[in-house]
Amino acid sequence: MKIAVCAKYVPESTAARRIDPQTKRLDRSGEGALNPFDVNAVEEALRLKEGGDGEVVIVSLGPERALEALRRALAMGADRIVLVADEAAAGSDLVATSRVLAAALERESPDLVLFGQQANDADGAVLWAAVAERLQRPLISQVAELSLEDGTVRGKRQTEYGYDVIDAPLPAVVAVSDAINEPRYPSLKGIMGAKKKPQEAVSLADLGVGAEEAGEAGSRTTVEALNDPPPRGDTEKIEDDGSAADRIVEFLLERKAI
Amino acid sequence: MTPLRPSEFPPPFDPNEFVVAAGEPEIEVGVLIVGAGPAGLACAIRLGQLLEDAPELAERLGEVPVAVLEKGKQPGSHLLSGAVVNPRSLRRLFRGRLSTGDMPFLGRVEHESVYYLTPKRALRIPTPPTMRNSGNYVASLSQLGRWLAERAEEAGTTILPETTGHALLVNGRVRGVRTGDRGRGRGGEELGNFEPGSDVHARVTVLAEGTQGHLTGVALDHFGLQGDNPQVWALGVKEVWKVANPLDRVIHTMGWPLRAGAKYREFGGSFVYPMGEDMVTVGMVVGLDYRDAELSVHDVLQELKTHPLLRKLLEGGERVAWGAKTIPEGGFVSLPRQLHAPGLLICGDGAGLVNVPALKGIHYAIESGRLAAEAAFAALQPGEAVGRRGALASYDESLQESFIWSDLKQVRNMRQAFGRGFWLGGAMAGAMTASRGHFPPGDARTERDDDQELIRTDRAKSYPAPDGKLSFDKLSSVFLSGNATRDDAPNHIRVRDRVPQEVAELWTRLCPAAVYEVGEEAGDEDVHVEITPSNCVQCGAITAKGGRLTPPEGGAGPDYKQT
Amino acid sequence: MRFLVFVEHHEGRLQKDSLGVLSKAASLGGEVEAVLLGSGVNELAAEAGKYGAQRVHVDDDVLLDKPLPQPRVDALETLLADQQFDAVLFAASVLSADVAAALAARLDAGLNYDLTDLAVEDGKLVGKRPALGDSIYVDVGWSSEPRLALIRSGTFEPEEAGGSADVAPFESRFQDFSLAATMVEQAHEESEGPSIEDADVIVAAGRGLGGPDNFGLVEELAKALGGAVAATRAVVDAGWYPYSTQVGQTGKTVSPKLYVAVGISGAIQHKVGMQSSGLIVAINKDPNAPIFEYADLGVVGDLHEIVPKLTELVRARKAA
Repeated sequence: MKIAVCAKYVPESTAARRIDPQTKRLDRSGEGALNPFDVNAVEEALRLKEGGDGEVVIVSLGPERALEALRRALAMGADRIVLVADEAAAGSDLVATSRVLAAALERESPDLVLFGQQANDADGAVLWAAVAERLQRPLISQVAELSLEDGTVRGKRQTEYGYDVIDAPLPAVVAVSDAINEPRYPSLKGIMGAKKKPQEAVSLADLGVGAEEAGEAGSRTTVEALNDPPPRGDTEKIEDDGSAADRIVEFLLERKAI
Repeated sequence: MTPLRPSEFPPPFDPNEFVVAAGEPEIEVGVLIVGAGPAGLACAIRLGQLLEDAPELAERLGEVPVAVLEKGKQPGSHLLSGAVVNPRSLRRLFRGRLSTGDMPFLGRVEHESVYYLTPKRALRIPTPPTMRNSGNYVASLSQLGRWLAERAEEAGTTILPETTGHALLVNGRVRGVRTGDRGRGRGGEELGNFEPGSDVHARVTVLAEGTQGHLTGVALDHFGLQGDNPQVWALGVKEVWKVANPLDRVIHTMGWPLRAGAKYREFGGSFVYPMGEDMVTVGMVVGLDYRDAELSVHDVLQELKTHPLLRKLLEGGERVAWGAKTIPEGGFVSLPRQLHAPGLLICGDGAGLVNVPALKGIHYAIESGRLAAEAAFAALQPGEAVGRRGALASYDESLQESFIWSDLKQVRNMRQAFGRGFWLGGAMAGAMTASRGHFPPGDARTERDDDQELIRTDRAKSYPAPDGKLSFDKLSSVFLSGNATRDDAPNHIRVRDRVPQEVAELWTRLCPAAVYEVGEEAGDEDVHVEITPSNCVQCGAITAKGGRLTPPEGGAGPDYKQT
Repeated sequence: MRFLVFVEHHEGRLQKDSLGVLSKAASLGGEVEAVLLGSGVNELAAEAGKYGAQRVHVDDDVLLDKPLPQPRVDALETLLADQQFDAVLFAASVLSADVAAALAARLDAGLNYDLTDLAVEDGKLVGKRPALGDSIYVDVGWSSEPRLALIRSGTFEPEEAGGSADVAPFESRFQDFSLAATMVEQAHEESEGPSIEDADVIVAAGRGLGGPDNFGLVEELAKALGGAVAATRAVVDAGWYPYSTQVGQTGKTVSPKLYVAVGISGAIQHKVGMQSSGLIVAINKDPNAPIFEYADLGVVGDLHEIVPKLTELVRARKAA
């Protein structure tokens, strides 16, 4: 059984993030790490593989230096990395990214594709649905509990109204939420062995994707301008003289909060 | 009321807890280095160079000939210094391979100024000879660490980040290190993703843990390696700023905001270094033998920035980094009597190899790491038995023949002189320099930092209120250090839970990361001490003043990038 | 401009956020139509007219009975092949986000998401969205048609425009793979109240609360407001409330419409977990608490007096 986990290399800690005023996109030139939400997906893949003879492949689209951060997944127990490291793919939006990832996934032909909940660089959302569409596979998203039996994957999907239970036959695409598991720490042996595991960097050409289908050329959305956030509106500070509770209710009504 | 000393309230800490009988190895490496700082990485790099020309030895050392444990997220995460680096050790380490132009320096020191500050003025004074920096380079130690780590990996080293050295494995000699557990809860219980530490065996273990090194302290105790004088420390708190106007010189200051009177014992000063075109770093360093329970080095740094000299420099700029770390200040007289034991070598700041008057330790760390590599390499030759008594003695011999020793000896009494106050200390320091260390004769004695009697003044009154532009509070500074330590991790700080209020207040002010707070009354004029260990940036200050820092889970603590 | 708005429904009612998007589209001028998918939804269709839809396209099909995304992509593709729209708007939900993203891939059409405003500038549709924890705002556009947009939940309020819509039924063509996932059990309204990630209202307590016994106050207020209870790191550290409710740098990040912070100092470690909340009300007895720098309404006072009174007043309001 082959499980592919789509993982993203995101810029490091929140304290240091900036938007590049020229490209108007997140400055990704600094150091990065494996998107913490994708670590849950890696963990889930490893749990599904445990006790069987499966293979967990990490598939990612990013710069060559992403390999170092992605190695964490290998240290945890994943078997291989396939990184699409092609400059022409930089600046891809949802449409372009899903196209490139789908091509890389087709090449691997996994039984199950896992995604994490979101990318913590606020740049990603719902990539899994676009990828499932391109692969023409059934999809279950927001999964807080996952099980596999007889070629069917069952997910407990968290919605605004509670939990749905959804079945999908393999091959399928599943996006897991961060509530699904507590990822393991890589063992020392795992860290030491990670470098030796296969790490492949492929180009768009290797995937049969043209340069015009990826990157900005392949994207269908644009960033037009950067602005300061709208002012929060009038802020107010009062001291309680017995009537604070009334003022709060008034305020909430004024702002249509209740 | 009798004055209190923090040493009267020692922490619940027994070094023997961290010496474990070596059993079966789980992982075996050739040489194991604890700490990916300048000393540890220099050792790794030199070993790589030596093994290049000794392929049979490399093979005998197994799949992983050289491994470095690093408790931070990555090399550099826990590295912090000024820094102005003397390049001689790096040149020696990379001779024939790399030149100064390849090294990640941020500029040569072209000009320097030393000022004596009063609240409003800055009086230029001639640069003391021990502080002259021409020919030296400004660097970020964190960046230098990352660069050295890359060189080490190129030389075949395996670096293991997020891994702590928790205990020494001993069986006659040091066999290796037990790494720390991960995934325990606040009460020590195993959580769902609990990962136990591993016993890593090595032919030679090198401790390069930096200031307040955990296993270093354990080893010095277990093997009886301490010298005649206790070690003492200073606490440095620094920030990195993006500024509008470039700074063209390296600046050191003395005087305000520190107080000159002998009763305060406030030894230290500040540094301001340009970091390239558009950044500067400003830091405050204060000896931890200070007496005033209200002294807070972080807040003194905030106060320093309000001085016209600094305000002008930082106006319109933006703070981009913050951090804190202790520096060993005892110098020559506080060095351990020996820096090796069977199967073990000790390098760098952990050994105390810092030249306080010159504010230099990085090049000594690198040179000591290089010498450790050579000693280890010699002891691993066929025909040699690394565990034989004295097998690693060549390390101490080579250290004593090196410039490290002669430098430290020359300035050996200077720091201690300042225990007499700024003016008398300054006079004595001048005499020492002029006589190249011969006068006054003999060796000064060091007093422990935690033996100093506490006093209380109204020091806290003059700390500026944080305005979020020029001065900042501790919590937002901890945030800026990149510290995102797990909240439910076990408490890694050993400190008494109940102490007199004044001691609790001392710790509250001492800690730059707001780990300690005065808690509820505990009767008998004592209070409880409230601890938030997840704020800890592992500077080590508490160890000097009545507590004991041990390493928390691997990967915890700050994630320094530019410090 | 010709807009198509994806309107969701739940347990016999049209979803409020969808109606809000409909109202917004109507306010932008141009033609506004809605699409409603499900089983047994014909009666709901006319409702959409009240909020600005001139026409509602309906596919009432048993295959669309369960709230699964993929059959809806087929339905939208069928409709869009037949009708030209400049933009298709979605109010973000677990369901609609999957639908919109898959549709973007199906049609090779751009999707902008997490939008907090829409405007027509120089005849072009422009979306506005926050980035970097709401510290910066970005104007985004599209280079293809139809323009797909996911609007952040709770952004637009429904406004009755008092019109009526004509209902246009259509029949979708479904792909096999779209029907492969099946719903074994469908969610029903949770009796315990929302989790903090989904809650529209959060009442959070910090160390100023004084002790674990005082959480009753907080829970009552949360119940009255129909929200969830959250806690700061200090409170969870002290064992007063579970870690699953912790908001902050090392806990959860939330962005409810209303965040009531009770006895919370508001240090940055907490702030980064809740700074994009719609409205922030803070109650703290320390006038210098950092939270007052970013609260919309800051109240300096004793929470033990204010919170119970507030709870009563809110209950009275809601009963009225």
